[in-house]
Amino acid sequence: MSSTVKQPHPRERRLIFKNIDRPGWSTDISAFLADGGYEDLKKGLSMSRADVITEVKTSQLRGRGGAGFGCGMKWGFIRPDEKKPVYLICNADESEPGTFKDRYILHQDPHQLLEGMILSCFAVNARLAYIYIRGEFPQAAKIVERALAEARQHGFLGQNILGSGFDLEIYVHRGAGAYICGEETGLIESLEGKRAYPRIKPPYFPAVLGLYQCPTIVNNVETLCNVKHIVRMGGAEFAKIGRPNNTGTRLLCVSGDVRRPGYFEFDCGGITMGELLYDICGGPKEGRKFKAIIPGGSSAKVMRADEVYKIKVKQPDGSMGEKQIAFNDVIIDFDNLAAAGTMAGSGGVIVMDDTRDMVWALNNINAFYAHESCGQCTPCREGSLWMQKITDRMVAGIGVDQDPKTLVTVANNIAGRTICALGEACAWPTQSFIDKFPEEFAAHAQNHVPHSARTAADVLAPDRAVSLSH
Amino acid sequence: MTPASADTATIAPPALVNIQVDGRWVQVPKGTRVIEAVSEHGTFVPHYCYHPKLSSPGNCRMCLIEFGSPKMGPDRKPILGADGHPETSWIPRPQICCSTDVAEGMAYRSHSPLIDECRKGVMEFLLINHPLDCTICDQAGECHLQEYSVEFGQADSRFLEEKVKKPKKVDLGPRIVLDDERCIMCSRCIRFTQEIAHDDALGFTERGSHTVLTAFPGRPFANNYTLNTVDLCPVGALTSKDFRFKMRVWFLKQTSSICTSCGTGCNTTIGSREDKVFRQTPRENNEVNSEWMCDHGRLNFHFLQDENRLIQPLARQSDGSRKAVAMKRAVEEAAAQLRQFKPDEIAVIASARMTNEELYLAGKLIRTLGVTMFDVVARPQTADGILVSADGNPNTHGARLMKVASDDPGRYIPIIVRKVNDGGIRALVCLGEDAAACGVTHEVLATLPCVISLAVLPNATTRAATVLLPGAGFTEKRGSMINVKGRLQRLNRAVEIPEGAGDDWEILRDLIAALGGGNGIYTIEELFKQAAVDAPALAGLSLSKIGDLGVDLKDKLTA
Repeated sequence: MSSTVKQPHPRERRLIFKNIDRPGWSTDISAFLADGGYEDLKKGLSMSRADVITEVKTSQLRGRGGAGFGCGMKWGFIRPDEKKPVYLICNADESEPGTFKDRYILHQDPHQLLEGMILSCFAVNARLAYIYIRGEFPQAAKIVERALAEARQHGFLGQNILGSGFDLEIYVHRGAGAYICGEETGLIESLEGKRAYPRIKPPYFPAVLGLYQCPTIVNNVETLCNVKHIVRMGGAEFAKIGRPNNTGTRLLCVSGDVRRPGYFEFDCGGITMGELLYDICGGPKEGRKFKAIIPGGSSAKVMRADEVYKIKVKQPDGSMGEKQIAFNDVIIDFDNLAAAGTMAGSGGVIVMDDTRDMVWALNNINAFYAHESCGQCTPCREGSLWMQKITDRMVAGIGVDQDPKTLVTVANNIAGRTICALGEACAWPTQSFIDKFPEEFAAHAQNHVPHSARTAADVLAPDRAVSLSH
Repeated sequence: MTPASADTATIAPPALVNIQVDGRWVQVPKGTRVIEAVSEHGTFVPHYCYHPKLSSPGNCRMCLIEFGSPKMGPDRKPILGADGHPETSWIPRPQICCSTDVAEGMAYRSHSPLIDECRKGVMEFLLINHPLDCTICDQAGECHLQEYSVEFGQADSRFLEEKVKKPKKVDLGPRIVLDDERCIMCSRCIRFTQEIAHDDALGFTERGSHTVLTAFPGRPFANNYTLNTVDLCPVGALTSKDFRFKMRVWFLKQTSSICTSCGTGCNTTIGSREDKVFRQTPRENNEVNSEWMCDHGRLNFHFLQDENRLIQPLARQSDGSRKAVAMKRAVEEAAAQLRQFKPDEIAVIASARMTNEELYLAGKLIRTLGVTMFDVVARPQTADGILVSADGNPNTHGARLMKVASDDPGRYIPIIVRKVNDGGIRALVCLGEDAAACGVTHEVLATLPCVISLAVLPNATTRAATVLLPGAGFTEKRGSMINVKGRLQRLNRAVEIPEGAGDDWEILRDLIAALGGGNGIYTIEELFKQAAVDAPALAGLSLSKIGDLGVDLKDKLTA
């Protein structure tokens, strides 16, 4: 909040991030109220629950946590005549490497989240809600706690909110520092006081058997903030922002080898990769070239900056055709990134230039997932560490010919076979790095060790003074 | 009924659902777990974490199979194929089949290149950090890692890295040792101790591949059911301190029997080799003990292999000394001594730990002698709400049925004891019980002119016995017992009776014969048949008809 604060880029649309780094802004409720805060809550509470849900469905809002699941559809799983208590949980366990958007909302605009959350609770008839904040966000927890106290004082929380007859209490729950707590069923287990072992689905779909075996909605911070704006604008108006099925704005967190990294907010699909990296972020550093981009948090499949994607498109006559699109022209939204074989994920754009060794980069990611695998199910527990150990060795210069093949088959044996999506999260980087940069992996693999290497002793030959850190 | 459903001749009657297993349509009861249905109607689905008696965490991923759902037409009804069954649309992602129940029209495929690859992958993952110390592992021979490796694994290892190091020889509690490196984190032991033993004693700490199974610091894993986790452990992570390193399991002879440590009568398998019992494990009987037994009962066989085991019949001589004699001579001596007393000078203290057959003969002995003072020793104890019964005796029902005990077993014991201590009763027959433990003073015992003791271990009564008849233990004999719920169950002989000791029923038969009341019974089958004449509840039954799972006599016993 110093005077050196970066101004929003002219191409940005600041909807969710309107107040981030805004001069004169504070997290006090007075600032929020002076800016028209909680007016949307009044509007929402005057509507029927069904109407709020209809507006969210009309808005085509998709979840901002990573999977991009339709928010209205998720809410629709809650039966209107549900007899059990319904819970709503705000997932503020933002842990995906490369992602730092929710952190800004929590730190600088907590009331926006609370307003969106209260509206969402009203819509799904949740009378008790939790904000699960990751252990590494102690400051955010303090700020949100204070905001909750302010909201209570102003009657936005508690009994009979604004005379509507709707009661709601929201509590902050702190995580203890585990990536897996961001997985919604792991989060629920953690909230229940257990180890955050993700639950098996079926039967434990949160909307059916969630917190305390009751129907539960788990939404990301950014998603819940959007609800406030949908109520204000109306779902149809909101859906005009962005592109069909990719509506609203999208918060992007750009990190790595660009001149101007940082957070941005654009219309969803309103910008291409090239525009983001060159026009907005100032291009590569002096004398360097972009090489690899992970578009949606470290688990998203990596893209090559020099790649041309063959993307299936619907022709005017309804048949499917193919279109060639260079990396720079790939539009940043859910559907276009999916068509390019990766995902919009959490919005964490990690940029690597030609000084980066792809084996080293993958090793870094592998080390993260091996560290964060909860250990509950076999493929991820054993496979993630195995992949790390192989890349450890390759980075240390003692790879063997078969390493890239082993890596890919190990990843293939994880993806799609685990209890939760951490399986895919740890397998996709390996699969995509080796698929996109086979030459670098081959070079590391063919380093020095003969193909006949059969044991660790063969690999870790005694004359090599290399120490591996596991 | 609409025509569409009328011609679907395969619609199941209520409570059955139609499913396709490995290409064949079958009907299975609603509520059947998919893994059970596929294993029964298709081929066995390998699994580690799944156990039918425990919750399903779905963590091992060994039971991944392919699921297919019925293809739906535009009318939202299944599209039927030529065979009248729904056409299947296969789900591309493999699914675990241990956590879902069968559903109408679903198809399951347990064999396909995808599934073979899944199983191979999981096997590889489970073995990369496993120590592969099968040569010295107690689980060898009954290890699921070994078994599935042969069928679903691969011979080659691609793992060039160092294995994860974890705690070895962890002392989890008084009876359990843990090797964390062997653990495959299936969590069966954790779930068992929470869900069945109601003791939240075990859990995982650390994360990922470094996960370790552990008990709370400073709180040993010590409930009365800990050894069941050794049975449940699919690998050699949890081992029994009592059994480990004693014997390779493939050398063990398996004998189906029952535990006699309380009235529950848990079904067991006795593992023995060359007339030595090495372990006792629970055997599934859903009417009795599910698949569990308590640690106390499980380990309660060592007393029969005690070095002080009685194996020498003794008879008191006229000079007061006791002399080693042959069993036949001892029995004759017992009969001769008993003949010296009037019926009201004799008391019989029998045991509800005896088999029905022995108790039948005990009843005959009582009536041959004309004794009116007799009873069994009651063993009331606190039930634990799991398996341990409030009755510490295994065969109280049998004692009643054979008229050796009244409806209130043990109520005459204090009277007998008083009469012995007062001198009214001068001859005491103790069948498997210690009169001193019942209250007869040591001084009185030492002066009684006749103490006939049938026993396996020394006690005050055996030391005072004028005739000592060494008998057999529960692992050494055949016979039947009736548990507290009225279930007739069978003991089988796992090991021979030690040289010198005798089979209790034969000793009793010979004693009755020596007293002039016997007719020839040569086999235990004949004995059972004869007992059934006097005890109509046993009518129509035989030891072989009891079978390994027993027969419910509840209604007959109350009638």
